[in-house]
Formats: sequence, C-alpha cells, structure tokens
Amino acid sequence: MSAEAASDVVIIGSGPAGLAAALYTGRGRLKTVVLEKAIPGGQILLTDWVENYPGFPDGIAPFELIENFRKQAEKFGAVIETDEAGSLRRENDLWVIVGQNKEYAARAVIIATGAAYRKLGIPNETRLTGKGVSYCATCDGPFFRDAAVAVVGGGDNALTEAVMLTKFCRKLYVIHRREQFRAIKILQERVLANPKIEVLWNCVLESAEGESRLERVMVRNVKENRTFPLPLDGLFISIGMDPHTGFVKGVVGLNEWGEVKVDSRMATDQPGIYAAGDVADACPKQVATAVGAGVSAALSVNEYLESLG
Amino acid sequence: MSPDILNVSDATFEEEVLKSPLPVLVDFWAVWCAPCLMIAAAVDEIAESHKEKLKVAKMNVDENMNTPAKYGIRGIPTLLLFKGGELKETMVGVQPKDKIIEVVAKHL
Repeated sequence: MSAEAASDVVIIGSGPAGLAAALYTGRGRLKTVVLEKAIPGGQILLTDWVENYPGFPDGIAPFELIENFRKQAEKFGAVIETDEAGSLRRENDLWVIVGQNKEYAARAVIIATGAAYRKLGIPNETRLTGKGVSYCATCDGPFFRDAAVAVVGGGDNALTEAVMLTKFCRKLYVIHRREQFRAIKILQERVLANPKIEVLWNCVLESAEGESRLERVMVRNVKENRTFPLPLDGLFISIGMDPHTGFVKGVVGLNEWGEVKVDSRMATDQPGIYAAGDVADACPKQVATAVGAGVSAALSVNEYLESLG
Repeated sequence: MSPDILNVSDATFEEEVLKSPLPVLVDFWAVWCAPCLMIAAAVDEIAESHKEKLKVAKMNVDENMNTPAKYGIRGIPTLLLFKGGELKETMVGVQPKDKIIEVVAKHL
C-alpha cells in the first residue's frame, strides 16, 4: 500500500451527508476524495420512496436522488473512489485513512459512514434471513401475501413498516418491549386503528425457529414472565441502527451508542476531523438533516483549513 | 442491463438454468427493491468478466412466482448458483462484488 499525494479533505461515505459535503468542498476548490464502499448509497436506498425531502412535492425515488447528489458532487471536482476505510491515524500534519486498496492522506476528514440496521441477536436470526426474517419491509413485504407477519420495534420506522405490510399480509403483530411506542403520534394512531394489527406490548423475542423457513418465534412477555410460541411466516426487524464507527474507535470520541460525538459545527474532539449524517450523535436520521450536517461539516473544514493557512 | 445477462421466467427456468452446461448465477429481483438495484451493477460486471465460464440470469419475482416459491425465496435480492441442475450456493441480501465472485469461483 502506498499513500498518494495528500488531499485537502477525504470524505468517508457516499450517502446524502458525504455527497452534500463533497459538493461544498468541491465548490470551495478543495481537493476532495470521497470513499465509497463496494455497496453505495446508504440507508436511504432501503426506503421505497422519499416524500419528505423538500423540493420534490411528488416525492422522488431514493436511487434517483442519490444519483443526482453524486453527479452534482462530481461536477464540482469531487473524486469518488471505491474503497472501505479500515482505520485512521495521525501522521505529522495529516490524517491517514487506511483503505483496503491503499492509504489516503488528507489535511481534514469528514466521517459520513452512516449506520446499518441492528440485528436482534436471537438464535437462528441469521440462518433464517431471506427465509422469513427480513430487515426491509419494502423489499420483502410482497412475499407475504395472506401471511402472518410480525414487526419488532416501536419507533417510526417499525410502525411505518407495520402499516405498509398490512397491504399484503392477513395478520400483523407488532412486538414491542415496552408499554408504549416512541414513534410519532400519527403513526401510532394508524397502527392502533388498523384491524389487521395486534400489538404485543411488553414482549421480547427469545428465538426464531424453522427448518427451511421461518415457522414460529418464541415470545416472552417480560411483565408476566411468560413465554409462548407465535406461529409466523415473516418477521421484520426494525429496532434501530448501529453506526459504522468501528474503524475510528479510540481515535475520535464516541457516545454510548457508538455514534461520533460532534459539536454544533460538526467538529469531533480531534482537530480536522468532522462527522455528519446518521453516524453523528447530533443528527436526526433523516435525509434532509444528513444533507444539512454534511454542508455544515464542509463549511467547518473550509474554515479549519483556512486557519491553518 | 448487460447484454451478457439473460432474463429467465418460470417457463424457461428449466431449460436455461437447470439444463445449462455452464454454471448459472440467478439474480432474483423486483423493481420495488432498492437493494436489488444496489447489486445490479455488480451482477452486470460479473456477467461481463466471467462470460466464458458462467451464465448470469435474472428473474423478476413479480412476474414469476413459481420458481422463487420452489426455492423458498422470501427476501430479495437473492442470488442462487446452479451447477448441473443442482442448487450449489445461496446468497441473501446485498453483497459486495468480490464476495459474490469468491463464492461463485468455488464452482467454476
């Protein structure tokens, strides 16, 4: 591996936050490299339609939106490289990002690596993924026509998926470990009013079971401490996200959930390192806020590099 | 889509996949599945780079229900690799291109 000539800024991640940042640093005439994992795009691609990004009154396909972000960033000079960051270290005045293919030296870094869906960690979850266990209702919902399906979780995403899945399934359980949802009210109302949906409050999953496909799950009511089997064809897990920060552990400060701690200018506790999007602690998990945070981070980088002279 | 990729259906699956002299990688997908679009480019490239040794096919699960049901597919994208009419490998969800190549290469 060899380090190329240093960039002004390397942006790790090519979702909305990273590409918005790249647009701004590119326009600022900073030499900008964006590292994109083998699988581009980010969490946005797991939704079927983006209807809450301002400027598109009829909504837009996530794939199209991200393509537009990319074109716009490249138009102003950002270079997108396919590589995955493995670690990050300080070397003299530069940060060096160790990728799988080579090393990237930069005067400043923006971490925009996003987050991935969280697994439950119950027995057989991995083995039965694609055989009834899913993390993407948009993708896999249509396989469950007239089936019995459960959604695990109580946040916005879980309840959105639950309502969407009732288009296909015969019966839908929402399994939630607490006595109330934390999702916004309008989604709670839709779930509670839907005759196909039954909510199992105070319940957690112990295991998924089935040979060639999911047949049932074992559910434990934590309040009554009672365990029972629930026959199911499909299980959709929607319990939040884990930030992609393993490669910066010990280098920048993280909060208890592993998100990068940032201030109001998206600065981390290390000079020249900024973070934006789902990976940062101050950022709601929205495309529009990821874009805003990416822009803030880019402006901060600009200022920081000017201050160095 | 790459010209090296063949669209298969329930009707042509046996002839094109199970009876194929070459190993066949089948990509089960649908238009409403964004992760399927995410791996489409990788599948295209593999079709191109491995065309002498591997046949690459796509099946739209909206238009073809029997074959996905037969192989117990309840999540997409799913990639299945067939050799000599037998199912050899199953990959569920988005995979990096190198990982797909690594799994496929064992059977070429």
